Amino acid sequence: MSQADKMKQGQFTNPETPGYVGFANLPNQVHRKSVKKGFEFTLMVVGESGLGKSTLINSLFLTDLYPERVIPGAAEKIERTVQIEASTVEIEERGVKLRLTVVDTPGYGDAINSQDCFSTIISYIDDQFERYLHDESGLNRRHIVDNRVHCCFYFISPLGHGLKPLDVQFMKAIHNKVNVVPVIAKADTLTLRERERLKRRILDEIDEHGIKIYHLPDAESDEDEDFKEQTRILKASIPFAVVGSNQQIEAKGKKVRGRLYPWGVVEVENPEHNDFLKLRTMLITHMQDLQEVTQDLHYENFRSERLKRGGRKGPEPEEMDKDMILQEKEAELRRMQEMIAKMQAQMQKQGDGEGDM
Amino acid sequence: MSEAVVPDNMMSPAVGGLYGEKAGGPVVDFSYVGIDAILEQMRRKAMKQGFELNIMVVGQSGLGKSTLMNTLFKSKVSRKSVLATGQEKIPKTIEIKSISHDIEEKGVRMKLTVIDTPGFGDQINNENCWQPIMKFINDQYEAYLQEEININRKKRIPDSRVHCCIYFIPPTGHSLRPLDVEFMRRLSKVVNIVPVIAKADTLTLEERDFFKKKIREDLRANGIDVYPQKEFDEDTEDRMINEKIREMIPFAVVGSDQEYQVNGRRLLGRKTKWGTIEVENIAHCEFAYLRDLLIRTHMQNIKDITSSIHYEMYRVRRLNENNTVVAHANGIPEHHLAAHEM
Repeated sequence: MSQADKMKQGQFTNPETPGYVGFANLPNQVHRKSVKKGFEFTLMVVGESGLGKSTLINSLFLTDLYPERVIPGAAEKIERTVQIEASTVEIEERGVKLRLTVVDTPGYGDAINSQDCFSTIISYIDDQFERYLHDESGLNRRHIVDNRVHCCFYFISPLGHGLKPLDVQFMKAIHNKVNVVPVIAKADTLTLRERERLKRRILDEIDEHGIKIYHLPDAESDEDEDFKEQTRILKASIPFAVVGSNQQIEAKGKKVRGRLYPWGVVEVENPEHNDFLKLRTMLITHMQDLQEVTQDLHYENFRSERLKRGGRKGPEPEEMDKDMILQEKEAELRRMQEMIAKMQAQMQKQGDGEGDM
Repeated sequence: MSEAVVPDNMMSPAVGGLYGEKAGGPVVDFSYVGIDAILEQMRRKAMKQGFELNIMVVGQSGLGKSTLMNTLFKSKVSRKSVLATGQEKIPKTIEIKSISHDIEEKGVRMKLTVIDTPGFGDQINNENCWQPIMKFINDQYEAYLQEEININRKKRIPDSRVHCCIYFIPPTGHSLRPLDVEFMRRLSKVVNIVPVIAKADTLTLEERDFFKKKIREDLRANGIDVYPQKEFDEDTEDRMINEKIREMIPFAVVGSDQEYQVNGRRLLGRKTKWGTIEVENIAHCEFAYLRDLLIRTHMQNIKDITSSIHYEMYRVRRLNENNTVVAHANGIPEHHLAAHEM
């Protein structure tokens, strides 16, 4: 055997184990590539104003997403309708980049008549799906920006005795479009017993109305016991009762994030006080799963609905499409011709100018 | 110069009784008439008659209205305690439910009526949710008016007029909601409104101060006059006391009907993992101020304003609407009605 052949053999075999091909290296390559590319995640927060949504988001991601926030007074609230505000922030931790978009919905549930307050939100979600569908069906698919809403935190007020009629209606309207994670806000209003009672009440009402909230996937059988136990605990704690804060308070000699009351300190990161840590764990360990479910379930649902609907439009859809495509192509041609003409004119001017010099 | 003759057996005022003797022999005060003895007579009469108080509680479900009523009167006076506790379902329309109790303390009897308004502010569309409540209040005024203009009217007209309406503001920490503004704007014209911040154990002290300031600004901006109203202050002493109160409203309250052991004493409170909130501790919440205002210091004033101002406004409006109809129905010409004004 010549030297070249021997080298060829060496390329495909690892001297350590015979029969080793080497594709076990693939996950590392994927990992490196994704780390370079970074991750995208869009989180939507919905709830009445004053439930601590912004504080919770800031606490979860240890940033200040709303630096110039102005909370409107009662008079301005009367005329307001629901708005959609998306803020994007790039967070980096240990070399891994996350492009986090938080979609806030100020004005939800504020008006005296909240009948239409979620049509804006639903059109936003549909728009993102529409845009993704359009990009996916387009010619250049290399840099599709994924702005679809991967997860929606729905904030339930701890003051009531369960879900309000508005909560039920809203969740039923979006549970087929986005992963809904119900969260009990401002949980320091509740004693432990009240909290358990409220959680049970909410779960019962969710069952009663047939609302499909996001279910954590069961741990695989080959995962270690710790992970399985953690998943079990997380599943048992839904809906999470959270308290958010970014203020550092001195408690028992150490500095913790919490809220200072005359009767004690509520620690944000104390699992006995609230479920903040559980919510954060869930979000982080299941970010990938949330994205997958959005892609495989909600987006596919939307896509099949959309394409079915698109087919039914017009008497002869194929011909209409051809005509439309022709028209679009002609419009593009015209635009490009105009651009060329403009560029020619500019070059002419430059040429004249230089000629003068 | 003639002095008032004071007979020997009428002594200078003593606490016990009018004709009681002061220890140490009779002392005759020649300038004493005895007018102030009327206070004692009034007191005796009031004890015999008893008092009536009608409080209405308004707010979204879950704000602790029933618990607060139970805490205020230290007994189970709310609707929920009286009825069988089943699942608390939000009613589809607003209902008005009155529960009356006779309570007694140190010989003083009171007929307390708590008027609850379940369903307020809970629907998706809350437009005009104040209408059933306005109607109820006006109906009570109407009932009183009808009794009053009767020819043969009762010696003591049963008073079912709403003396005070406690409005529960949810502790968002931001500002008043449009629903709060609309409701208080309309109802402050017909009834005394006392706004309170419900479940105030959700706010830290700074958040509480900020929220209160914001609420007072919102109230001022919308021209809402809550109790104690500025325009009804009678003299400087009243004004001073009421100004102090006005700087503190709305009171941030926490209610509880469960007792816990704190520092060796049994107190009403809420026990959590991070501490126990004492309801009557003014460092924790302002329940004590609310209780003092409603019961210990301003109860009579609340009733007076209801009867002499709110009710009178209603009465004037009503009588002007059907001035001839009412007068002729009772056989009294209109100008005589004015003479019967209380």
